[in-house]
Amino acid sequence: MSQAVPSSGPDPAPPAPEGPEAVDLIAATGAAPLLPPEVLAQSLGGYARAQVLRIRGGDSGMLPVLLGLIAISVVFQTISPGHVFLSAGNIVNLFQQSAVFMVLAMAEIFVMLLGEIDLSIGFVGPVGAVIAVQLVQPSTTNWPWWAAIVVSLVVCGLIGAVQGALITRLRLASFIVTLAGLLIFNGVLLIVLAFGPFSGYPSLSGLQKNVHTLYDLMWGHVSPAAGWIVMILLVGALSVGLALRDSRRRRSGLVAPPTSITAIKIGLMAAVGVAVVAVCNVNRAAVGSTLRGVPWAIFIVLAVLGAWSFLLGRTRYGRYVYAIGGNPEAARRAGINVIRVRTWAFILCAFTAGIAGLLYASYLGGMSNNVNGGQLVLYAVAAAVIGGTSMFGGRGKAVHGVLGGLVIGGIYNGMYLQGLKVQWEYIVTGLVLIGAVTIDALSRRNATTSGRS
Amino acid sequence: MTDARPEWAQLAVRGLYKSFGAVQALADVDLDVPAGQVTALCGDNGAGKSVLIKCIAGIHEPDRGHMYWNGRPVRIRSAHDASALGIETVYQDLALADNLDIVQNMFLGRERLRHRLLDENDMERAAGETLARLGVTTVRSIRQPVGSLSGGQRQSVAVAKAVMWNSKMVILDEPTAALGVTQTAMVLDLVRRLRDHGLGVLLISHNLNDVFAVGDRIAVLYLGRMVVQAEAASLDRQSAVEYMTTGGFGLTPVGGRPDGTGAGL
Repeated sequence: MSQAVPSSGPDPAPPAPEGPEAVDLIAATGAAPLLPPEVLAQSLGGYARAQVLRIRGGDSGMLPVLLGLIAISVVFQTISPGHVFLSAGNIVNLFQQSAVFMVLAMAEIFVMLLGEIDLSIGFVGPVGAVIAVQLVQPSTTNWPWWAAIVVSLVVCGLIGAVQGALITRLRLASFIVTLAGLLIFNGVLLIVLAFGPFSGYPSLSGLQKNVHTLYDLMWGHVSPAAGWIVMILLVGALSVGLALRDSRRRRSGLVAPPTSITAIKIGLMAAVGVAVVAVCNVNRAAVGSTLRGVPWAIFIVLAVLGAWSFLLGRTRYGRYVYAIGGNPEAARRAGINVIRVRTWAFILCAFTAGIAGLLYASYLGGMSNNVNGGQLVLYAVAAAVIGGTSMFGGRGKAVHGVLGGLVIGGIYNGMYLQGLKVQWEYIVTGLVLIGAVTIDALSRRNATTSGRS
Repeated sequence: MTDARPEWAQLAVRGLYKSFGAVQALADVDLDVPAGQVTALCGDNGAGKSVLIKCIAGIHEPDRGHMYWNGRPVRIRSAHDASALGIETVYQDLALADNLDIVQNMFLGRERLRHRLLDENDMERAAGETLARLGVTTVRSIRQPVGSLSGGQRQSVAVAKAVMWNSKMVILDEPTAALGVTQTAMVLDLVRRLRDHGLGVLLISHNLNDVFAVGDRIAVLYLGRMVVQAEAASLDRQSAVEYMTTGGFGLTPVGGRPDGTGAGL
């Protein structure tokens, strides 16, 4: 962001002469305190100009990943046989394929915000999942599904606590500790798989209701009417919250987007909500049967997204995560308990990985020994980076994981529709990853050359 | 004010000693930092400036000596003790998180909450008021990340962060060291405003231009000893350089030295 305003130089003592040329200055200048020009001179055009300035200044935010998603949609829609890529059935399918990447990426973002990495979650999640799958088996323990889920998430959280404690208290490198974790939990997964009379393949199939609930995490769906109701409630609540926040800021004279922007945001949110529910309510079953409704997986991903966005954006803990990622020494001097915040990030990361693991087990309809956790975690890191999260800490949001996960899932799905072999999926995903970090690096180089005067 | 009574100054240091192993970093140092004045602390590299301010800021504990806060003897054992008295220090590295915006940095570690959530509006208002009071008006928006600010603006934010908490005295460690001409002028302006608001300012610098531009009083350390403390008006550049480089031996003592230390002992 170019500092167009001259740095005022040897400004004579009283800051009285703030004439019309001071329009660009900060809110408060004695006479009309706290009425920043952004509020007074604000319009849709001005807001758009400010956004363009921000993007040109290197803060491209989520723009690249959104453009990437559009590009993927256009390309695969054009070349896919029968143009099925954007058909309702395939979009729902794509979303279900991406859900595990999305949640796993949101898990990884917690530690990436600190400038750390967790390589173990590709197996920590499945370890949690296999515990749940084993516990609900009717022929052995026959636990209720909810108790199995609680236990599996608690186990994942504990694994995160142990790894986090090793990293933060003994000051071991997170790369090494979690690399060891990747190996260890791969082994643990195989051990837990071998329990029970299932020859290593405990399954979620069958019509028994308790077991089927776990299967439904990915494959179940709500009725079309329920989808509309939930969507309207969700969008309504978010809209009211957004409008209230912006109007409160406007009333107290703080920088707030103009009313038209608030309205546009609400409109976009509603449009996305309507589109998602409408697409999911199209019958996507093969000829002769019906399969319609919003999959549970969408609500699970949205719940994780909402919870972690809230935690990172609105609470003290989230603020500290960003502060430590930006400058750990500043955080320490500000009196923040850096060790505790970092340890909790590893716990939350592993916990979220547990949710991803449950979705994965549901996707597979059970658990087996061919879980490729190493690849899962690398896709999660790639999704977070493609979404706009920095590897070096301090920059990232939960929503980056969702968007990046969609990119990865989109490539996977599109290549599959093309009938291309898995080697091409790897290569294209790799190229997209390189592209994402290149865009990020270039835009930030731009920022450093124009930002500081 | 020519005697050794500690009452007249906001912070008075008397007979401070500090050594690290065999190295005597400070020996019998006296220093007065009055409220509403800028006390410039100068000295060559290794003269003990940093050790002295770290003793005042509670980072180091002195081996021997006394400190008085408004005439009352105090012991400063930790950074927390210092800020409890109202002493805030802005170190050279500024301790700002580049990825956070100005408001978030100013409230880091002391966030205001409402219903257990961050109260952004309240913090933004308070940060804006503090910046306005200090005349920091060159930033485009207090919601821009600190990483996008110029060096002088970053320094200003760090100072504003320090004075936000009812502080009564601010220690600035080489605030202009990395800055260009305009940026330096902006920071010195800010230093004057702090003084005008009645704060005691202890400015560490070895740039004599800055020292004479804003200093009301000048104190020179030489090899761990305070060789002179005087009104800025009573010193000229030539003798200040002499004090910094040689300890001032061979100079005629200047008038108005507040205590017995100084040249020609």
